[in-house]
Amino acid sequence: MRDMIKMVLVLTILAAFSGGLLAAIKDGTAENIEKQKLTFVKGPAIKQILEGASNDPISDRFKLQDQDQERSFFVGVYDGKPKAVAFETFGKGFGGDIGVMVAVDVATDRIVGVSVTTHQETPGVGSRAKTDPDFAAQFTDKAFEGTFKVKPDGGQIDALSGATVTSRGVTGALTQATGVYERVKPQLKEKLQAFGN
Amino acid sequence: MAKSIAQEFTKGLWDEIPPFRLVLGLCPVLAVTKTVENGIGMGLATTFVLVCSNLLVSSLRKVIPSKVRIACFIIIIATFVTVVELVMQAYAYPLFLKLGIFIPLIVVNCIVLGRSEAFASKNGIVRSLADGLGIGVGFTLSLAALGAVRELFGSGTLTIWESPIQVFGPSFEPFTFMVEAPGAFVCLGLMLCIMNLLGKK
Repeated sequence: MRDMIKMVLVLTILAAFSGGLLAAIKDGTAENIEKQKLTFVKGPAIKQILEGASNDPISDRFKLQDQDQERSFFVGVYDGKPKAVAFETFGKGFGGDIGVMVAVDVATDRIVGVSVTTHQETPGVGSRAKTDPDFAAQFTDKAFEGTFKVKPDGGQIDALSGATVTSRGVTGALTQATGVYERVKPQLKEKLQAFGN
Repeated sequence: MAKSIAQEFTKGLWDEIPPFRLVLGLCPVLAVTKTVENGIGMGLATTFVLVCSNLLVSSLRKVIPSKVRIACFIIIIATFVTVVELVMQAYAYPLFLKLGIFIPLIVVNCIVLGRSEAFASKNGIVRSLADGLGIGVGFTLSLAALGAVRELFGSGTLTIWESPIQVFGPSFEPFTFMVEAPGAFVCLGLMLCIMNLLGKK
């Protein structure tokens, strides 16, 4: 009996101690991890779709509350005016979540550019969503509203051959993004107005 | 036969060098050694986990009931692996992207659990520290060596830290077989063969 109690006790103390330690380290590194992700994953995607912006979209970012989630928005300044905002949403791909960064022109509500940030798709098949510029280019200048669908589902986007699920993940993320955009638009306009001054 | 502390350390460098002599922990050895940098990164991460878990297991060896010792070891090892994962994400993100799933997999690396079970749970703190450090350095060296051979022939470069160094001239045609999975097996086999020839008594 004493053995039993000792076993439970030792394991409990060990687990509790390790939990506490990990929570502390996670808290301590969270800020740095976010920064690293911005430089190495989101940064290149943002730079690519907001090409030619006269500011640094990564340092000119702000957060807005969307339902129960906080989202980061990146501003691109063209000709002295904040013209485009970029933000990230996630869609269900073949091997997990696909992160998609989309930039929208706030005046015309049209897509400026789309880029895949994180994914675990099959290399050489689904991964072309990130590497094949023709796929992402299809979205450019499309009206940013309603739903996006691939052609096999009766939509307007050519799916990558052999990677329909991945393509659906990307369009799914964009459909989600239009919803987010709709919801935060009033807040976004306010922020951008303040930004110009 | 009691070994000195220095001997506990040096045995990990030759007599019990993990992948080549003990032939343990081959999963990361085969998977991550595409470049020298990956090999060293993986080796250092494993060394950190080995040293810390050896220390803790050895200092708690009288408290841990023998019936649940494996569960306790796993908790200790998993904790340190998660620490490594978080720290790597925060300070060496590109390396973290390259090593990916193999960092969390250190938890089930049989070298780490093997040292806890076979050595640290029976020996004092200083000895366990020397043992963990020796095995860890040996593991890092083997990964670096294998990575160097594969990278040199597979892509004609050597990556010590971030930027690759071009070793062969532009006319070098990369022997890409070496950086693919089968190349890892062939390379490891050749290394084992060389180690056995050298160690033959």
